[in-house]
Amino acid sequence: MAEPTRIRTKAEEALANHFAALDGDDPIREIRATAFDAFLSKGLPHRRIEDWKYTDLRNLMREAPGPAVPAGIDDARAALAGADVFDGVDRARLVFVNGVFMPSLSDMAGVAGDIEFASLNAFLARGGAVLDRFAGTDPGESPILALNSAFVRDGAILRVKDGAKLSRAVEIANVFAGGKPGLQTMRHQVRIGRGAEATILETFSGPDGVAYQTNAVTEVQVDADARVRWVVAQEEGAEAIHLHMLIPRIADRAVFDPFNFATGARVARAEIRLAFEGEAASAGIRGIAVARGRQHLDATLIVDHALPNCTSKELFKAAIGGEAKGVFQGKIIVRPDAQKTDGQMMSQALLLSDGAEFSNKPELEIFADDVICGHGATCGQIDEDMLFFLRSRGIDKSEAERLLIQAFLAEAIEEIGEEAVVSALEARTRHWLGAEQEVLSA
Amino acid sequence: MLEIKNLHVEVEGKEILRGIDLSVEDGTVHAIMGPNGSGKSTLSYVLAGKEEYEVTAGEVLFNGRNLLEMEPDERAAAGVFLAFQYPIEIPGVGTMTFLRTALNAQRKARGEGELSTPEFMRLVREAAQRLNISSEMLKRPLNVGFSGGEKKRNEILQMALLAPTLCVMDETDSGLDIDALRIVAEGVNALRAPNRSFVVITHYQRLLNHIVPDVVHVMSRGRIVRTGGPELALELEEKGYADYVEEAA
Amino acid sequence: MPAVQETIEQVRALDVDKYKYGFETQIESDLAPKGLNEETVRLISAKKGEPEWMTDWRLEAFRRWQTMSEPQWARVHYPKIDYQELHYYAAPKSMSGPRSLDEVDPEILATYEKLGIPLKEQEILAGVRNAETGDGLDGEGGGEYGSGRVAVDAVFDSVSVVTTFKKELAKAGVIFMPISEAIREHPELVRKYLGSVVPVSDNFFATLNSAVFSDGSFVYIPKGVRCPMELSTYFRINERKTGQFERTLIIADEGSYVSYLEGCTAPVRDEHQLHAAVVELVALDDAEIKYSTVQNWYPGDAEGRGGVYNFVTKRGDCRGRNAKISWTQVETGSAITWKYPSCILRGDGSRGEFYSIAISNGRQQVDSGTKMIHLGKNTSSRIISKGIAAGRSDNTYRGLVSAHRKASNARNFTQCDSLLIGDKCGAHTVPYIESKNASAVFEHEATTSKISDDQMFYCLQRGMSEEEAVALIVNGFVRDVLQQLPMEFMAETQKLIGISLEGSVG
Repeated sequence: MAEPTRIRTKAEEALANHFAALDGDDPIREIRATAFDAFLSKGLPHRRIEDWKYTDLRNLMREAPGPAVPAGIDDARAALAGADVFDGVDRARLVFVNGVFMPSLSDMAGVAGDIEFASLNAFLARGGAVLDRFAGTDPGESPILALNSAFVRDGAILRVKDGAKLSRAVEIANVFAGGKPGLQTMRHQVRIGRGAEATILETFSGPDGVAYQTNAVTEVQVDADARVRWVVAQEEGAEAIHLHMLIPRIADRAVFDPFNFATGARVARAEIRLAFEGEAASAGIRGIAVARGRQHLDATLIVDHALPNCTSKELFKAAIGGEAKGVFQGKIIVRPDAQKTDGQMMSQALLLSDGAEFSNKPELEIFADDVICGHGATCGQIDEDMLFFLRSRGIDKSEAERLLIQAFLAEAIEEIGEEAVVSALEARTRHWLGAEQEVLSA
Repeated sequence: MLEIKNLHVEVEGKEILRGIDLSVEDGTVHAIMGPNGSGKSTLSYVLAGKEEYEVTAGEVLFNGRNLLEMEPDERAAAGVFLAFQYPIEIPGVGTMTFLRTALNAQRKARGEGELSTPEFMRLVREAAQRLNISSEMLKRPLNVGFSGGEKKRNEILQMALLAPTLCVMDETDSGLDIDALRIVAEGVNALRAPNRSFVVITHYQRLLNHIVPDVVHVMSRGRIVRTGGPELALELEEKGYADYVEEAA
Repeated sequence: MPAVQETIEQVRALDVDKYKYGFETQIESDLAPKGLNEETVRLISAKKGEPEWMTDWRLEAFRRWQTMSEPQWARVHYPKIDYQELHYYAAPKSMSGPRSLDEVDPEILATYEKLGIPLKEQEILAGVRNAETGDGLDGEGGGEYGSGRVAVDAVFDSVSVVTTFKKELAKAGVIFMPISEAIREHPELVRKYLGSVVPVSDNFFATLNSAVFSDGSFVYIPKGVRCPMELSTYFRINERKTGQFERTLIIADEGSYVSYLEGCTAPVRDEHQLHAAVVELVALDDAEIKYSTVQNWYPGDAEGRGGVYNFVTKRGDCRGRNAKISWTQVETGSAITWKYPSCILRGDGSRGEFYSIAISNGRQQVDSGTKMIHLGKNTSSRIISKGIAAGRSDNTYRGLVSAHRKASNARNFTQCDSLLIGDKCGAHTVPYIESKNASAVFEHEATTSKISDDQMFYCLQRGMSEEEAVALIVNGFVRDVLQQLPMEFMAETQKLIGISLEGSVG
């Protein structure tokens, strides 16, 4: 029996039209076409696709705006002023507005000697071949990836030199500007050289009230013995759809600690697909999500242990209020050769209101016997005994609740271990809690 | 200061307090003793306002105000302090953050201004020193990883900082070795004042060697069955609670 | 630890034949022609002498089944099943329906005897013997049936061959009979409850079962009655190329209690046999059902040839206030197990439990777990799952815990442990935890590990062989679940665990 022709949704139809309208004269035309075909063959993922069980994108993404119009410099500057999560952190900055690199807003002072940088556009224009990984990434395995390859506009090609110890953090700021819905598509490719040390901040922000969409894929190659802190702060506008994949590949003895901080967007999916490609490497993968109103925040994680002696620790926390929905999916895969793997995952959720929902799917997929793996998951509301204790000391109920939520989230944030970054994110959390009295149960 | 009249309390449909009458004058120390399960801890929770305790009859007046109508934090601001038998651990909340939030919340409720950081630090340091609490302990999350003795000292530290007028101490001596007991008792004695009263709940007499009560009550099966002077505690130590258990039955 | 000691003794005493239930019974069978169509459904219904409403119910199921496709989400792989190549009805020729013991074909009685299932009522003191010699574990449950008597419904291929202790049960008001008989004798109960827990179109296999089920057990415990003995059904697939589709329906009326046990075996065959059962439990106000399974279908040989495909839908509905349903399963057999005994916690204050031991060896594939659906207020559930993977097998725990909007104060605790023996197998944990109520509190823990070298060394140093040591340590690993089994079956189960893991080391 022939497969019946799938009826395209309105958003899929729009994407097909946008794709047809892309400039045909383009160095990665082939890659785009392959990727888009792969996307169309399956369409937007929905709840019957296991990986998207809790985030039915077909339902959540009804519209698909066309590629964003590049922003004028004044609009861009104004938008960037709002992207201030890490203002207190000493950092260099690579700025992308509406998916396009903005050299005049970027600042490489203090790190220029330790890095090599080109925008993806400039790199391709110079005739640079896309990195192997870019072409080799099978767009069929993820609709986010397929759409990204099809529509990619620009990105950062960044390399931290072997042995470099960056004196400042580097922020890749992704900002949406203007009042018109649009799709911004970035592909960042970062390589952290052998033995290098770096803190990379990836930020996303944009205006409330504009139904723009972000599709960002960030590939990171972490060479042997490198040590990297990677912090993503997602504070997109309230109407935005945010799809992000962080794809780190980690070589021998390297340490890669990603953190995902999510407060923004109407619908967000932050996916981390981390693979150990060397031995004795480690990753501390953590994150928090706070949601209110009708937000839908999804944190999905796949940690692939293919080689022996690697360690991964995962800690994800969520505080969900209003009628928002939180999702955590975390999978630890231990392949047959990955003996002596230590993988521990914890996911904890606080539901702050009667309408809030949380779905949790922590998975273990284990093919090697000499391992220590485990996961834990909890879901509940604020601990009554703790609340009573605080109130018995004179702290009023809403203040006590805020304090407890903050403490709950802080346990994950503090693991970042870099004071300026920790206090920036804690301040953001406090701000979120302070601004949103109503998320707390009455 | 505190007036309890015919207090009846149920927990999950079971009557635990069956008509308590107790009057605590300004500046006095009342000891409440009794066997396990007599309702001593329930009384302390009811005074502090824990939710699952249902008052089915009676009243509690605190300086003339109806205590039972007040929220737990309002009671604290009004001057009621409960030293918990099992102080709770709150991961992620630093001890200093907690102390400061509590102190300022109470000051605010009483219409006083917030303390400046140096003022606050000085207060804490002084009180901590008296109780032999290290600054390292103050840096940890509230009660997390504290020993039994450290938790109890932390309770007295809070009592000292928050300067309540009614201190309810629920089995503060349990789990303390003799040195810790002495430190805790000295801390409490230093707080004794004409406008401050204590209700000391304990199973054993030994705490009362250090904190000498004005009045001793014996509780059994949800009632106060006998009231006397400090000598009553000694008598109990000698004879045990057997008589009272039968008497109340 | 006398119990474990015994396990070792028994493991040692075993001969080389690893699957000792693999013999075939030589009897003539009445077989329906191969293939599945409306005629087959009508034929089964006619063979059973069913009323029209039942025939229509089956036909409706069959029509729905034709529009459905096999589920793909489980972590199991098998070649496509040709549903037209199977017999959907097989009965020993000597009987057209269940009879008294005297009339049962002696060959069949001998089969059950070989399996260790005594059907002659006077012999049913075996349980006591087990309880006395079997173990020193401080289990509960067995003691309540002081006599150790167990009423048995024996199902041979598609029909129930005998049900014991019927008279005595009837005295207590308990109905325990083949479901085919219940359809004729208690249509009001069957019509009311059949398909009310597992709807006709619930899933591919359940719908198939609804169309072609041939027999199974029916139990009704009246209000306030504590069933005076353990009830048990013993399933045996004998015929070649048959599917077994039994259907079990248990209703515990208000304030009643019943403990039920099922056991399963099949002969060694080099083709695969299909088993697609449906079990429905209904517990009304304050009722309690304890359902235990020891599943030891033929698992196939070391290369994965033959073995039973065990695609089973089991679900309990705590329909009344403070109802309780407890599932305990010991899964050691079958080439493929696809099975999720679940609880719908509908009544306020109801409670669901799931205790599972799943052992896979050779090329076995297990994808099993539970669903705890919290609908009512103050409902609670507990899941303890112990998975042991050895050989080249794959062993997956898949479980759902969900709290719906109105499930205030729902509570769940889940503990899911996996043990890997050897480095060619896989152990997987796939929990789904969904909360739509802020006051629900869910806690989930999972671990995966291997038998520690230190533990092994300690046992070896004390003179045990590797296999003995593994059996000992695994019995310790599953102890929490073992204790949930009725006393009579604990010793048998320990033995089974030892057998299942043979050849897993060295």
